[in-house]
Amino acid sequence: MKKASILMIIGSLLLLGLFVFPLWNIMLGAPQYPEPLGMNIHIDGIRGVEEFDIQNIDGLNHYIGMKTLPKAEEMWEFSAFPLVIGGMVFLGVLIGLLGFLNKVTYKWFIGWFVLMSILGLLGMYDFNAWMTDYGTDLNPRAIMKLTHPDGTPMTYKPPLLGNAKILNFNVISIPGLGGYLLFLGMLLTVVASYLGWKSSKPKLNSESNETTAT
Amino acid sequence: MRKYKNLFLGLLGVFALMTSCNNQGKSSSGGALGSNAADRVYVGPGEYDEFYAFFSGGYTGNLTVYGLPSGRMFKEIPVFSQFPTNGYGYSEETKPMLNTSFGFVPWDDSHHPDISQTNGELDGRWIFINGNNTPRIARIDLTTFETAEIIEVPNSAGNHSSSFITENTEYVVAGTRFAVPVPQRDMPIKDYKGNFKGALSFISVAPETGRMDIKFQLMMPGFNYDLSHPGRGKSHGWFFFTTYNTEEASTLLEVNASQNDKDFIAAVNWKKIEEYVNNGGGTMMPAEYAHNVYDDDTHMATSTMKKEVLTVDPTKVPGAVYFLPTPKSPHGCDVDPSGEYIVGNGKLSADLTVHSFTKMLAAIENEKFDGEAYGIPILKFEDVLAGVVSQPGLGPLHTEFDGKGNAYTTFFISSEVVKWKLGTWEVLDRQPSYYSVGHGMIPGGNSQKPFGKYFVSMNKITKDRYLPVGPEMEHSAQLYDISGDKMELLLDFPTHGEPHYAAAIPAEILMPKVKKIFKLSENKHPYAAITPNDTKLVRDGKVVHVYMSTIRSHFTPDNIEGIKVGDKVYFHVTNQEQDFDVPHGFAMIGATNAELLIAPGQTKTLLWEPKKVGVWPFYCTDFCSALHQEMQGYVRVSPANSDLELSWSLGED
Ligand SMILES: [Cu+2]
Repeated sequence: MKKASILMIIGSLLLLGLFVFPLWNIMLGAPQYPEPLGMNIHIDGIRGVEEFDIQNIDGLNHYIGMKTLPKAEEMWEFSAFPLVIGGMVFLGVLIGLLGFLNKVTYKWFIGWFVLMSILGLLGMYDFNAWMTDYGTDLNPRAIMKLTHPDGTPMTYKPPLLGNAKILNFNVISIPGLGGYLLFLGMLLTVVASYLGWKSSKPKLNSESNETTAT
Repeated sequence: MRKYKNLFLGLLGVFALMTSCNNQGKSSSGGALGSNAADRVYVGPGEYDEFYAFFSGGYTGNLTVYGLPSGRMFKEIPVFSQFPTNGYGYSEETKPMLNTSFGFVPWDDSHHPDISQTNGELDGRWIFINGNNTPRIARIDLTTFETAEIIEVPNSAGNHSSSFITENTEYVVAGTRFAVPVPQRDMPIKDYKGNFKGALSFISVAPETGRMDIKFQLMMPGFNYDLSHPGRGKSHGWFFFTTYNTEEASTLLEVNASQNDKDFIAAVNWKKIEEYVNNGGGTMMPAEYAHNVYDDDTHMATSTMKKEVLTVDPTKVPGAVYFLPTPKSPHGCDVDPSGEYIVGNGKLSADLTVHSFTKMLAAIENEKFDGEAYGIPILKFEDVLAGVVSQPGLGPLHTEFDGKGNAYTTFFISSEVVKWKLGTWEVLDRQPSYYSVGHGMIPGGNSQKPFGKYFVSMNKITKDRYLPVGPEMEHSAQLYDISGDKMELLLDFPTHGEPHYAAAIPAEILMPKVKKIFKLSENKHPYAAITPNDTKLVRDGKVVHVYMSTIRSHFTPDNIEGIKVGDKVYFHVTNQEQDFDVPHGFAMIGATNAELLIAPGQTKTLLWEPKKVGVWPFYCTDFCSALHQEMQGYVRVSPANSDLELSWSLGED
């Protein structure tokens, strides 16, 4: 259980990477942008990969009537996400410590993981909803109005994951370093749960030995 | 029949492919000399050249940037001349760059570019070039590729033996080609001899900023100072200048300045003079010369008139200046990368004369003089001579070095480039040039570390090299591969103006430093519109300032009313783009000066003096976006006595 608890603590702490590194990264390349424009989505706001990328993406998007990219203060998510992540780190570390002291069982680890997964899925849902709105709620006075072959208006939602061709741009959407740290952290808590579960099994079989050992 | 023809062409195509494969095979196995020239100068689409080459524009007054080996031109940098392409010398910010003691001089004759150095190696911070006619030296910043500073040189005329720099860019020199009365005065021309002076100016370069300042002027006898070269390595601290017309004739120089069997190379120990000056030596004399500086933050030039200059009489600094006799009317004066050999290219001599720096020091030590000229000791020819390249060609002009112990001399009259060996003086190879080559250039050839892969000859006569374009032709340059034992002509390409001399540097040194935008947040122009909210119009009597901004694809404001006939309207246009290579243009109908081309983040000002009542359009001249054509606006001009108030708008009907 000690090993499992340590993993639980490390796993939770890895989420702290989100305060430094981006959760997600979207790159836009085109023939006239051999060095692609890019945005990093952090839990507290959107930043350009290079200094002026956001300004230049907004400049290009105005042709098709997209809104400018939201500033941190324009979306509640960017103030809520840091609190959620911070809270989950605190909770994870606390559970890990209590596990270390044998005050809680591995089931709390699983509980944390399930909660984090639900929050993560909600986050993804929210992110996707925002991107859908961003890519479809276009200014009716847009300079360029493009339609699909069937006559429906074209939308410009970036892919949630993977790449897509949007007009002349090739858009690649993948997790950022913070995102990878989040996944790794969550993976560690799964491993912690598993180890916790495994170490709890022999406890049932030879309860007397185990109690003398501790 | 057509079918067969296609088949035949197809076969030809296959054949061509096969042969080109063969050639490629050859180039990889047979070394540089084994393959065809086209392969070796071809730089594919999107690929980069190996070297940036900077060619003087001669009488265009500018500097052009080419790639080597492709010979493709990338840019023309305006230096001493007005340039309608981007408004240099026409915009209010850049007009001060062309200010001189003679007033606004919007043209010149630029000759010898030289790239800044550290420890004798190219560092790529700046490139300097001389204005020959109205004596000036310019410094071009190699992050922006724009002229950053121009200093006028007083007491000079025909600033020709310039702009060469010392091995740590301590000084850039400006030597006068024409001796003139100092100070200038009304006197008979025939009294030239003994009365005229030849000023050699040493302009210090501040190590951090590059800022130039005339440290001292050496007042030499009234000869013509043709070319110069700093010492290198062991001869660092010395500067060498070729002279002609040591006869001091003032008329029919073609004959009268060609009488002396030997003219001189003047050897100047500038460190000694610097020490003398630092200890309070020299005479401050009244002078008037302009010092123009461009600021990248305000996007503005300022011109300051200087009032005096420090002059040094060479006879007052014993041991600082000597004359090395050199046959005969030498042009180029070239020091090899080791600093030992000083090559005097006597353009009327049948031989090339090479002096030895070591022997020169020994002769000075032993005071083996052959008389003096105006109090300056003349060394004995035989005592300083290192060797002679015998009968290499006709009309030697200039020599460059490959860093492998070889020298390459251009011959104007016999129209050829001759490769010879330093030390043995034997001729190794010769190649014809087409035609009448002046200077030659090896990248880094003016430094201690030449990149001896290519030699470029800069020819004066183009004639039948390309399609004829009337009696006036652009000059040609030719690229030779010198990586093998024998030189090989790879390419000839036209240049702009007179490619008098050039300097080149590996692309990898410059490319990482090149600026792609100016940051708006650093724009300190007093009339800048950093955001659209800063746009406005301000009237001050008959002067109207328009704070205008541009971004794809509109001007803010685009409707202006309340301008009157007789107003002076200053359009201060700020390009708010922060994206590489998105300039905007600004053109106003009836503007009598130029248009503007404004780089991202930059502010430029165009003066417009409306003369006719009406509604007059302005527009963007640079195809900036899909909606470039819509990038336009109107100015309503009312009669001079109108009382219509100024108003402006964007996006309001
Ligand atoms: Cu434009």
